[in-house]
Amino acid sequence: MRIPELTLPASMASLLGRLPATPPCWALVTTLNQLKKRDILPADMSLLAGHSFEVHVQDAGLRLGFSADEKNFKVASVGDTPDLRLSANLADFARMMLREEDPDTLFFNRKLIIEGDTELGLIVKNLLDSVDWSSTPLQRFMAV
Amino acid sequence: MPATRPLPELVCPAGSLPALKAAVDNGADTVYLGLKNDTNARNFAGLNFDDRTAREGIRYAHQHERKVLLAINTYAQGGDISRWHRAIDEGADLGVDAIILADIGLMEYARRRYPELRLHMSVQSSATNYEAINLAQELFDIRRAVLPRVLTLDQVKQVIDHTRVEIEVFGFGSLCVMVEGRCLLSSYATGESPNSHGVCSPAKFVRWEHGSQALGARLNGILIDEYQQGEPAGYPTLCKGRFEVEGDTYYALEEPTSLNVMAMLPQIIDIGVAAIKVEGRQRSPAYVAQVTRTLREALDTAGREPQRFSVKPGWTQALSKLAEGQQQTLGAYNRPWK
Repeated sequence: MRIPELTLPASMASLLGRLPATPPCWALVTTLNQLKKRDILPADMSLLAGHSFEVHVQDAGLRLGFSADEKNFKVASVGDTPDLRLSANLADFARMMLREEDPDTLFFNRKLIIEGDTELGLIVKNLLDSVDWSSTPLQRFMAV
Repeated sequence: MPATRPLPELVCPAGSLPALKAAVDNGADTVYLGLKNDTNARNFAGLNFDDRTAREGIRYAHQHERKVLLAINTYAQGGDISRWHRAIDEGADLGVDAIILADIGLMEYARRRYPELRLHMSVQSSATNYEAINLAQELFDIRRAVLPRVLTLDQVKQVIDHTRVEIEVFGFGSLCVMVEGRCLLSSYATGESPNSHGVCSPAKFVRWEHGSQALGARLNGILIDEYQQGEPAGYPTLCKGRFEVEGDTYYALEEPTSLNVMAMLPQIIDIGVAAIKVEGRQRSPAYVAQVTRTLREALDTAGREPQRFSVKPGWTQALSKLAEGQQQTLGAYNRPWK
């Protein structure tokens, strides 16, 4: 499965940007907590606790803010300066998550923007890279 | 050209269990990895292997009849060298196929404690001539040496012709500034360098500044580079920064490029290189999969038909996308110097 080269139309961003971000954000946080609970996401929460994060899906106009404590991820309003903000278009986030594309490659190509605490960004990147999808039913969607 | 030369081993990087599996699944003969501490030169937060993932990775590789090397390629720091000794003990206990060492004190420890353990000499040892390599063999029974990326192909051949130690060369990945094992640039800015802390440009010292015009990269406050809109970015290392020198602003030390030896594979096979290494334990499983798959195909093709070998455009395309700086070079291998 290859993700096509695709940017959402600007109208989508203006539409989605006006909707409340809470439902997708809640879905993201719930997914993260579930993955962690099932030991699929091998998160060392002590490294993430007390930090605020924002995933900015640029072409969808979506800003998903959340934070972490010693146990869980939580929906949170992160303000203008989260500790870490990752920005990219939807297709590039999908490529990254499905292991079609390396985050460093996207960063070199200026398709992934990392703002804030660089070390925290590295922790998150390496955490996502260390998820062994082959031990989950999601394996067949993965490029590698 | 003798057709009987064995193909060099393809040695691929793994910073995580999925990266290791990606390397094995895509045709690596050997995978190299490090532990989660400063005993290896990719000591990045969240990267590398703990006991559980190392055991699982080694099991996976051995099940597929591939080898696993453990990189303990920093220099044991005075005061407390027990961490480095423990890493060697752990490698022996895990049952890795070899340990890659840079520090001769650690070579001595490993040889004394584990006479059966296979030892490789890391690129960080900076051994560029056969006398140094043969001495390490004599003293510590080193079985393989990884050459720094400073030698021409003729010089690599010269080394191979004068040693019984297997020779491993770099085949793909980000380039160092060519004083591997001796570089202190990162220490100059941060007090930490690959040899001492296992990391060049530690992330905690890196700040990306998003201006309206350009993306600025700062290392401990020092502006290393500014990337204009759409201009490819690189790793925030001092050696690859642009600096003002006598009125000119340019890559005063080195341009951010990636090494790619594909075009030279038949010659590399012909001179008897034992292994080709891919850089990039810090990269994701997607990178490992793509590079391994491409080099596996290129290497097999070069082995089958060395006379007619030419680099397929698809291979170049696949690798150039992943390259730092989006430029690829044959590095020192084809320089005219003698």
